[in-house]
Amino acid sequence: MDSAELLARYEQMVVIRRTEKAAHDLFLQGLVKGTTHLAAGHEAIAVGASGALRDDDYVFATYRGHHHALARGATPEECLAELMSRATGLCGAKGGSMHLTKASTGMLGSYAIVGAHLPMAVGAAWSARMRGSGQIAVAFFGDGATNIGAFHEALNLAAVWKLPVLFVCENNLYMEYTPIADVTAVDRPAADRAPAYGIPGEVVDGNDVVAVQEAVAALARRARAGDGPAVLEAATYRHFGHSRTDPATYRPAEEVERWLKHDPLDLARGRLTELGVPAETVTEADERARDVVHRAVEAAKSAPPPDPREALTDVWADGGAAWRT
Amino acid sequence: MADMITYREAVAEGIAREMRRDASVVCLGEDIGEAGGVFKTTAGLWAEFGPERVWDTPISEQAIVGAAMGAAMTGMRPVAEIMFSDFLACCWDYIANEIPKVRYMTGGQVTVPLVVRTANGGGLGFGAQHSQATENWALTVPGLKIAAPATPADVIGMMAAAIRSDDPVVFFEHKGLLASKGTPAPPEHVVELGRAAVVREGADVTLVALASMVPVALRAAARLAQEGVEAEVVDLRCLVPLDMSTVLASLGRTSRLVTVEENPYQGGWGATVVSVVADEGFALLDAPVRRVAGECVPLPFADALEEEVIPTVDKVVAAVRSLAAY
Repeated sequence: MDSAELLARYEQMVVIRRTEKAAHDLFLQGLVKGTTHLAAGHEAIAVGASGALRDDDYVFATYRGHHHALARGATPEECLAELMSRATGLCGAKGGSMHLTKASTGMLGSYAIVGAHLPMAVGAAWSARMRGSGQIAVAFFGDGATNIGAFHEALNLAAVWKLPVLFVCENNLYMEYTPIADVTAVDRPAADRAPAYGIPGEVVDGNDVVAVQEAVAALARRARAGDGPAVLEAATYRHFGHSRTDPATYRPAEEVERWLKHDPLDLARGRLTELGVPAETVTEADERARDVVHRAVEAAKSAPPPDPREALTDVWADGGAAWRT
Repeated sequence: MADMITYREAVAEGIAREMRRDASVVCLGEDIGEAGGVFKTTAGLWAEFGPERVWDTPISEQAIVGAAMGAAMTGMRPVAEIMFSDFLACCWDYIANEIPKVRYMTGGQVTVPLVVRTANGGGLGFGAQHSQATENWALTVPGLKIAAPATPADVIGMMAAAIRSDDPVVFFEHKGLLASKGTPAPPEHVVELGRAAVVREGADVTLVALASMVPVALRAAARLAQEGVEAEVVDLRCLVPLDMSTVLASLGRTSRLVTVEENPYQGGWGATVVSVVADEGFALLDAPVRRVAGECVPLPFADALEEEVIPTVDKVVAAVRSLAAY
């Protein structure tokens, strides 16, 4: 990856980090209701993977999916407006934090039932192959999803049909509040299980955007060549707790400190310095990201709430919700 | 009779017609390929369309319906088979949480044009885990269309409408009707979803039925006619969209209502029909309503026990007599 590309990836990660921080602040101000599952700390996975994908590839994410939506074409303003229940939100404020979706860019949804979207990605990959489109599908999921039945059904089906789908696990060490190691029989909950389905299971530093992009690019090439699915397990860490009510006090202080020192933004900055990018160039990227998110917050704040009548639209393809003729 | 077609043959014929018409229609499910399905409802499809479009899956109900959903979101029109409707519970997350909600929660961005076909209902002595009438499970979830044809021609016409629908359809094929015969459907036969049919006219009482209960209601009506009671029989065909205007119009002629449903009384679709009548058609009634429904017990094995639990012609006749005398 050259310095210009890395700088662009870095700036995208800063935009995501700042958007997550804004979501957190807006929650504390009472402007975001319900809950949020912030992905601060996971940025390199979404950005690195997206950097390796075609614009028309399909992505399926979880309720912790802000970073994927942003990396796959949603704007900070659309996302924050959705979280703030505004008419201009990405899903018209019908989805909320856990369901960010931008179908026009292949971001086919964020699903809040753990593991449910893995078979959907298999189906999208099947569809791509049927249509000969050359697209692939990627399912991002957490370590907790690897103990769901759908994970195993999806891997087997993808393998037996040799479909162009990548399963990318964001292993942040905790399934909600419980260490994944306490409830899982293997060390690498996703990668260790891939061989049981006859497919590759690789591990990557999920906080290193360059490593993630290279790993996804290699597996994507393989999938597009007809060699079938693969599992990529990306090691990462949550900066916040599971959801907004979770202070994550169950995590050992030294573990938190160790991971915060391994921050994806710091890693990318270090690589930029190594590539000879001047500090002021990086600072300019930081400032652009700050401005984008600041304007997004202001725009979302001033956007109107949805028309209450919208509650009765969009159940059916005709736009309405009538269940009787 | 050579010009007749069985309900079972109509399922495969209905799918085949749509697969010939539209290359985006694909099938997936357990044993549906070369084997032709455990009920032989996909016989011939694999030979005509090949393994790329008629795909045998492992026993993985979540993956079957989840993959169908992903394919439907990306340009295909999948027809997924869940062998026995009891097994819908194995993929209930997709039926209840994913497929019917994605259009709404994405603000209309994503459409899921798929059909989940399944063999429904009892009467064949398959026991408690292979005999349930589960169409009312789906009825509890906004966002699903529910089709349950009673005749071979309707199977073909409603299959066409279901596959062409841009909305998800759960398509209940009744096991007890598979061997039944009817007139074949003409070319291009499409029965719009949400159009009930008055399958027997009568002035004294309206029997509203679905799927295997339609022939039960018709046999009851024939027996009642010998007693001088003329029953009108409405085949609902679909639970969503629900054609209440046909039911209310029939009630306007008869003023008496009996619903005949195979699923348990507790939470059954008849309760929804009756509640709409109470809301909007109370003045049409000259007698209380009656619901003939399954007993609220798991389906037993022995014929004598199963008949005790699910509606029979005798039970329908008894219910109508009680109203005629009112």
